This record gives sequence, structure tokens and C-alpha cells, in this order.
Amino acid sequence: MGRRLLMVACAAIYVFLMLPLVVVFPISLSSAPYMQFPPPGFSTQWYERYLDDPQWINATIRSLYIGGATAVLALALGVPLAFSLVRGRFPGRALIDRLALAPLVVPTIILSVGLYGLFAKLKLIGEWYGLVVAHTVLALPFVVLVLVAGLRDFDTALEQAAEGLGASRLRTLRRVTLPLLRPSLVSAGLLAFISSFDELVVALFLAGPNMTLPKKMFDNILMEIDPTIAAVSVMQILLVSIVLVLIGRFGRGLRGSVR
Amino acid sequence: MTSRGFLPALPALVLLFAVFIFPVARMLGFSVEGGTLDWYAKALGEGLYLQVFWNTFEIALLVTAVCLLLGYPLGFLIATTTPVWATMGFIFILLPLWTSVLVRTYAWMVLLGRNGVFNRWLIDIGAISDPIPLLNSFTGVLIGMVHVLLPYMVLPIYGAVRRLDPALVSAAQGLGASTWRIFWRVYLPLTLPGIFAGGTIVFVLSLGFFITPALLGGGKVMMLAVLIEQQIHQTLNWPFAAALSAVLLALTIGVYSLAQAVTRQEAEP
Repeated sequence: MGRRLLMVACAAIYVFLMLPLVVVFPISLSSAPYMQFPPPGFSTQWYERYLDDPQWINATIRSLYIGGATAVLALALGVPLAFSLVRGRFPGRALIDRLALAPLVVPTIILSVGLYGLFAKLKLIGEWYGLVVAHTVLALPFVVLVLVAGLRDFDTALEQAAEGLGASRLRTLRRVTLPLLRPSLVSAGLLAFISSFDELVVALFLAGPNMTLPKKMFDNILMEIDPTIAAVSVMQILLVSIVLVLIGRFGRGLRGSVR
Repeated sequence: MTSRGFLPALPALVLLFAVFIFPVARMLGFSVEGGTLDWYAKALGEGLYLQVFWNTFEIALLVTAVCLLLGYPLGFLIATTTPVWATMGFIFILLPLWTSVLVRTYAWMVLLGRNGVFNRWLIDIGAISDPIPLLNSFTGVLIGMVHVLLPYMVLPIYGAVRRLDPALVSAAQGLGASTWRIFWRVYLPLTLPGIFAGGTIVFVLSLGFFITPALLGGGKVMMLAVLIEQQIHQTLNWPFAAALSAVLLALTIGVYSLAQAVTRQEAEP
């Protein structure tokens, strides 16, 4: 009896969670010239408008390569950091652990304003690599959380066996350690990519005239809510679904990726 | 000094200092430029701005309360159901969690707007005759923020329920306790650390929220992060924005450290 009540309550909460994701699908396929629900007819005009508008396409491409570069940089810095945190023995480790996770807790607006001031002075506003380093700071906690969890579960006997058989440390790292960590690396890289691809607040300050996809969406929402945004939203939701499927298939520890 | 394995951490630390600590510290320094605390006096002394602090606090508290109310049943169900259903349950929490906040906020604008889905539906079934203002309101901001932050509450509660020894529940059942009594006397006290962890993270994240109040509040619901953004982009008042940021940062770190201290104390025998 109590169980059934719980399930009904949870079904309602799931409707609340999924409703905003579902509602953009019919609207993106609407034939009405403005936001109307239910849609009066079927049309792919909003997808065509997105594909025909170089502003949207350029913003998408920019967000894609900024996200890709962020994932690469966050892995390049975050993986060694995770190794240090799990396997290193040095004073101040707890402090470094806190520092690496701090960008999750410190309000993004504070980081954004700080970087805006610094980057304006260095003439870095609008440069794509400026956004990459800023997004890397925000993505680093995800990489560290996933990799630290992966390394904690790691069986070091396998590395000892490799070294015992005469493999150099570099060879052990390349042939044993990293392949065994691949699921964690996949999850961490994809999460870093998505966190950058979706990021708005930092981009609002640092992107300048060079739109990223979230900034372009934000500006459009402020000006006029036309269903092009619904079409972009649908594509974004599909991208996230694909990434989650990839993580489920090739990655590990999605549950561990969010504390 | 024994410092084995420190070197691999160095590149990441350089980035964190150059792109995180240094720019934030530099910006916060603007707030005391000229050696005065006038900007802090303005932030904490003028009624207009005190109201923004109060709004932010009020919204953060309400969001945390609603997230707890919705998040507990969800975390509980996922933790106690069969593995197949648990996986399904997780997918439908992670999918919204990783969908961009911007997309979700836009969708709420579509749902809550004057001619939005809800108002149309309520008019169609005859519950109301004129659209009710859901968008650009306190309610709208609340709904949008709960939607974004709910997963952060569900996951720690799920973890706490999972860690609970099922033998304790069986024992309570065997001794004749009712379902409600088991919940109040066994589940609730033993999952308190999860509730506390989820509540802390939701509250702290609420304090610095920007996108949702900026879009769903329509300028009527002023929160700290929105005020800071306005001071930079519209008023160009850097020292004041810096003072507001310093207070927001202090609040965030204060609440977070306090929660961690309480957790540590609980953990000790």
C-alpha cells in the first residue's frame, strides 16, 4: 500500500523531470510561425532555418571545437592530477583535492567576472583558447572525480606484474595502466566535453562577438522566442542522450561522476 | 621533505592558480580599492541590496526544501527497487541533469508562458478564465531551479539508502512496526547524512544561480548572481560587483565549510 503510493508519487516527479525535455520535440516540428501549443501542423522549417543560418552553424562549430579542446586539456591536466592525489605521498594533498573540486562549488559568476577583468586586460576576450582554459577549470572536477574513483578500484598487482616481467615504467603505463583505465578516461572526457559544450555563464563574459552555441541561444531567447531554439534544443538533447549511451557502453562510474 | 608523486599535479595546479585563484583574487581586490570599505557598506547597508540578499537566501532555502520533498521519495525508490528499474530510474535523472540548463530553462518558458502549455490547458479545462502569471515570477524561478537542482539531491539520498543495512528494516518489521513507523524511526534517522549532503550542495548551488533567475525571473526576481552580472555589463561598477562577489563567495564557502564541519563531528564517535 505504502509502496504503491510511493510509486505514484515518483511517477509524478519523473513527469516533472522529463516534461521540459519532451515538450521541445513537438514545438520544434511546428508549422506555426511563432510559439504555439499544440502545434497546428507539421513542418521542418525550424531545422531548415537553423541549418541555413551561418550564425547558428558557426556558433555550433565553435562550441564543438572548444568542447573538444577542453576535453583534451582537462584530461591532460586532470589525469596526472588524479594520479598524484591517489598515489602520491606529499604534504598538502587534502588541500589540493579541495582546490581541484572548488570550481564545482564556487559560483560560476564569480569566476566569470574575475576572468573577464583579467582577459580584458590581456586582450583575450573573444579568443577561443581563452574560453578553453576557462572551461578546463570548470571541467577539471569531473575528470578528477571520475579518475580518482577509477584509480581507487585499480588493482596495482597488474602493474607490479608488468614491471616484474621487465617492462619499463613508461611501457607499463602505456600498455597496462592506461588501457585498464580506459572506461574512466572515456567517461571523464565525455563529461568534460558536455560541460563545456553547454556552458553559458563564462561564455557570456568571455566570448565577445564570437558566439558559442549557448550564448547564441541565450541572445535569441532574450530577443524573441521562435521555435528555432526548440529545434536546437532537440539536437542538444539528442547529443546528450548519445553521450550518455556512449558512457553507459564504454565508460564507467556515471553515478560516481556526480557527488 | 618527502614529496613523492607531487610532480604530476603541478600542471593542473598552475592552471588553477593562473585561471581560477589569481583572477578571482585580483577581482575581489577591486572591492577595497582606495582602502575603503564603502562598497561593502553599500552592499550590506542599503535596503535595495539587502533585499537581494534576502531574496537569494529565501529562494535557496525554498528550493532546498522542495528538492528534499521530491528528492527523498525518488532516491528511496531507486535504492530499493530491482536493478533493471534502478537503471531506468537513473537514466531519467541523468538525462535531465546533463541536458543544458539553457535548454531546460527555455522549455519552462514555453510551458509557463502567458500563452504557454499550462495556461492553455488550465483555460481549456475551465479552471481559470485568464492566464495566470507563472513566467517572470517567483514561482517560475522556483520551478526552474528545482528542476535543475533535484538530481543533486536524489543522488546522495540514493547513496544513503543503499548503505543502510536491510537487516535493520527486517528487524523493525519483525517486531511489528508499521510502514510509517519504520520510515520515521529507521530510514529517516539513518539516511540523515545523505539528506544533509544533498541539502548542502543544493543550497550552496542555489546561492550562485544565474541562468534560471535571469530568464524565468524576467527582471522581477533579483538574485545575487543576476545583480553582479548587471553591475558588470550594465552599470560597469567593478568595485561594487567585486564587493557583492566577495560576500557571495564568503556565504558559499561559509555554508559549505559549516556543513562539512558538522558532518565530521557526526562521523566521530
